Amino acid sequence: MPPKRKKDVVIRSEDVGIEIDAQEDSGSEEEARRRARNRRAKPSPRRAKRPVSDDEDEEEEEEEPPRRKGRRGKAKVQDSDEEEEEEEKKGRKKKPVKASNRKKKAVKEESEEEEEESAEERGKNKKRGKAPSKKEKEEQNKVKKSGKDKGSEKNKRKNSGKFSRCSILSSGSGSDSDSLSEGEMELLKEEVEEKKKLITTLRNKPWRMKRRLQQLKEAQAFVEKFEGALGKGKGRKLYAYKVMMAKKLIKFKRDFENFKTACIPWERKIKEVESHFGSSVASYFIFLRWMYGLNLVLFGFMFGLVVMPEVLMGLPYGSIPRKTVPRPLQETAMDLSVLLDFGGFMKYSVLFYGYYNDERTIGVLQFRLPLSYLLVGVGIFGYSLMVVIRTMARNANEGGDGTDEGDFNFSWKMFTSWDYLIGNPETADNKFASITTSFKESIVDEQENQKDENIHLRRFLRVLANFFILCTLGGSGYLIYFVVKRSQEFAEIDQDNLSWFEKNEVEFVMSLLGLVCPPLFETIAELEEYHPRIALKWQLGRIFALFLGNLYTFLFALFDEVNAKLENEKSIKNATITAYNEYYSNYSSFYNTTDVPPLDIQPADAIRGPCWETAVGIEFVKLTVSDIQVTYLTILIGDFLRAVLVRFLNYCWCWDLEAGFPSYGEFDISGNVLGLIFNQGMIWMGAFYAPGLVGLNVLRLLSSMYYQCWAVMSCNVPHERVFKASRSNNFYMALLLLVLFLSLLPVVYTIMTLSPSFDCGPFSGREKMYEIVMETIEKDLPAFIGNIFTYATNPGLILPAVLLMVLALYYLNALSKGYQQANLDLKKKMQMTRDEEKNRRNNKDSTNQVMKDLDDLLPNRSLIPPPEEEEPPPPVAQKGSKSPKLKPGSAANGKGVNLQKEVSLAATNPRGVVNRPPGPRGGPPGNIRGPQPGPGRGRGRGGPSSKAIGFIRGC
Amino acid sequence: MGNKQTIFTDEQLDAYQDCTFFTRKEILRLHGRYHELAPHLVPMDYTKEPDCKLPLALIVAMPELNENPFRNRIVESFSEDGLGNQSFNDFVDMFSVLSEMAPRELKAIFAFKIYDFNVDNFLCKEDLEQTLNRLTKEELTEEEVQLVCEKAIEEADLDGDHKLSFADFENMITRAPDFLSTFHIRI
Repeated sequence: MPPKRKKDVVIRSEDVGIEIDAQEDSGSEEEARRRARNRRAKPSPRRAKRPVSDDEDEEEEEEEPPRRKGRRGKAKVQDSDEEEEEEEKKGRKKKPVKASNRKKKAVKEESEEEEEESAEERGKNKKRGKAPSKKEKEEQNKVKKSGKDKGSEKNKRKNSGKFSRCSILSSGSGSDSDSLSEGEMELLKEEVEEKKKLITTLRNKPWRMKRRLQQLKEAQAFVEKFEGALGKGKGRKLYAYKVMMAKKLIKFKRDFENFKTACIPWERKIKEVESHFGSSVASYFIFLRWMYGLNLVLFGFMFGLVVMPEVLMGLPYGSIPRKTVPRPLQETAMDLSVLLDFGGFMKYSVLFYGYYNDERTIGVLQFRLPLSYLLVGVGIFGYSLMVVIRTMARNANEGGDGTDEGDFNFSWKMFTSWDYLIGNPETADNKFASITTSFKESIVDEQENQKDENIHLRRFLRVLANFFILCTLGGSGYLIYFVVKRSQEFAEIDQDNLSWFEKNEVEFVMSLLGLVCPPLFETIAELEEYHPRIALKWQLGRIFALFLGNLYTFLFALFDEVNAKLENEKSIKNATITAYNEYYSNYSSFYNTTDVPPLDIQPADAIRGPCWETAVGIEFVKLTVSDIQVTYLTILIGDFLRAVLVRFLNYCWCWDLEAGFPSYGEFDISGNVLGLIFNQGMIWMGAFYAPGLVGLNVLRLLSSMYYQCWAVMSCNVPHERVFKASRSNNFYMALLLLVLFLSLLPVVYTIMTLSPSFDCGPFSGREKMYEIVMETIEKDLPAFIGNIFTYATNPGLILPAVLLMVLALYYLNALSKGYQQANLDLKKKMQMTRDEEKNRRNNKDSTNQVMKDLDDLLPNRSLIPPPEEEEPPPPVAQKGSKSPKLKPGSAANGKGVNLQKEVSLAATNPRGVVNRPPGPRGGPPGNIRGPQPGPGRGRGRGGPSSKAIGFIRGC
Repeated sequence: MGNKQTIFTDEQLDAYQDCTFFTRKEILRLHGRYHELAPHLVPMDYTKEPDCKLPLALIVAMPELNENPFRNRIVESFSEDGLGNQSFNDFVDMFSVLSEMAPRELKAIFAFKIYDFNVDNFLCKEDLEQTLNRLTKEELTEEEVQLVCEKAIEEADLDGDHKLSFADFENMITRAPDFLSTFHIRI
């Protein structure tokens, strides 16, 4: 119980004064209300001053107190407000929000009413729970208090009238706290919850900050005060504890949130780019940052669960053959050129698959490295899949339902085409220009839908263009296949005879193709004359196909190589086994003993297989590195050098370089995003064979962020055609998902079907890689889990499971179709009502006119009174629109004329309107525009009958 | 954070964090920006909640707003007096609504206010014309402007009163794919 309640009492002289103002009525309250209403009904200037605030009154009841405070100054208006409040309270005694306000106010004025508490108490008993009896009580109180001085009486009157509920509370809390009944308890609890909810959702309220702060303060004070009152007896301590913990939790959450946002890097950099280039270019950098975050997590997994344990707990370098550079290569193992090719020490380092030992457990912690290797390799895919899909889902939610692209063409252009992020004059100029052209385009589109001057030629050109592009794609695929094959041939020849180019042919060719083909596609696409947005989609699709084709050709060629290596490996394995056998038999026959000491060979001299996994890993790492090199060089030459040349040669050149041909580069968003996506695909694929690849990628993204930020800010100019990026957001994500899926396939294929090398990597000596899981289940887990697992993997169980999933898929699909249909129907309905409304409105005038003419033709027109019977009953409607229960929309519907007046008044006095945001749930404001919409329509439709009524009345 | 000079008390910061989409650091940064606009007017110490307002001209000059064709409307609609004189509260409010975290509904409300040039709580043709002229720097001809405005009203006007109420506007804007990404200012 808050004992200090009496301290924060504020005596409000204004209140008293107001009450005196309103005091003149001595009769029943009803009468007073009526009078007040009359006063308000006549159009007074002060009434018009706050038309919207009244509306708000109606929509948000819980913000009563602050406004009251704010209004204190306008004592004149107060009386009507007072009236209003009383009225509304009467209407809904049960509303908890209201009650809370009352209660709160009551607390403040408690000292004033203290002396009357006893009387109040008496009244209260009668009053509890039923509002309508309030008047009665009022009367009773008046009788009781007649002897007291005027001021106090007024006060009491107000309190008793307004805050009867809270008087219950205050009296209860003052003397006997346990007297709170169950119901009140519930109510109070509800209010406290309400306040808490308000606190958490306050930031979403369209209020002024001042009001929000005030609200917050009050809500907090309220919660503070009454939270203690909840929970009774023994439960109180627990409750208090809970409350305290909740508070702590909130605080912690906030701190955590603060910490989290503080951890998001490059906010300022992105802002800078954004203000220069608009949201579309910035979306690339945001995507880059997102990718960086994802890779950081992957790196954490890889590094923490695979690399670090092997480094810390595994055998050191040089202890076993797989961790040692073979003797013939040892001289060159530290040469820079070899290291740059990821040969030598690099090849036999922790960066690649081959280095890892196949011991089931390592170190004192008995860390199961092979198992961890497999799980992390698969877990990376799982985690990425989850993150990508979650992001996609979130984006999809944000994107709105946007199914009806064409419906709001112009209004969207008008209201959403300006990018509020732009803060650079040049970009702004470009944006203005592009908006203007886009408007002009759509105007032209609107005016003449499609001009088809020579459709045959265009068709022919498009077919031709696609033919060219297919040729290019096929050619690039063949080139890659050819080069990979050739590199296999080279691999068999002695390495020293090969030039640098011959060694790095594959990567070189792939990067070159990635560099040359997209511009080629763009040039070919000129033939097609598509709308730029469609052209962009085609372009993206083609580049995607190119990259994908290249990647998969590369993979197939690689698998050919792997198969060849596997054959090779088999023979080496056989040779080793034969050699061992020979050694044993020779030894035993030579020394004539069966106790053969194990063969003592230096790890560097051991016979070893080709270790195809490491070879694949090296290919991926090389590919990634060459990709990084090409990207960075392109930026350096294509953007930076070009910018420098254009900038400085411009002083001594025959034409204007800046405006003319070479000009400055534009930032190629789609190309960059696609490059990033494919790079990520390679990382996903390669991470299993080269754990170090993820670390490399993290470095790449990190440097890329700074490098590209610098490049874009210093060498690029904003796009002339700024196209939309947000829609493509999920498009890029979908591409990423596709790439993820496609890169998952080869990895899973190798895990499930190819047999691992016999002498390197964590799975050596096993038939298949996944057998490590079986092994763990059999050996390390209790037997029953193994049993469960065998049952679970039984085809008899898997098949039904698959079947069930298919059925679920089918069902969900059908369900979504149904929803879609319902959606469509609703949309149609809306369209219909809208059309109907419009038609009616359009026809109204004409029918009205006809009716007017008919009216004029009637003989004794003077006898017929104006058809006002059809109107909604004016006094009631008036009252209704004022009453706090009504929403602004319904108020508008109810009384068009009145609102029109208010609106016009508001327009002349902007201040009154501006400091109130438009209501969030404004219903359709029916007929505000028409001179007399309601009656007009009525006249239009049911004219004769109304006239008949009128006539009858007239008689 | 508050080791050099207390700008806000912890309670104030908490209250601001409850009322906006900003974190503590961002609020302090916002205050820095606000202070920067008029160092001699705005006190560093806000613990006493001083009553100080900056005129429209100063706020509009911020680089974040400077290029925006609707800058005056933005500042006006977020100021309490409707004339563009913003207190720090209004200032924070403005950037909170324009921040990335603000929900679509809230943004829609204030976007509506911004585009409502004549402050009558309706977007009538006049408002649309103004909007369009600012967007295109009056490059379109009179007929084109008329056509576009009519088309826009026709598209979005659900109840056929030839102007857009907030309901119409909200219905239209919540489906717009670019609204969230473009109605946003990073501070």
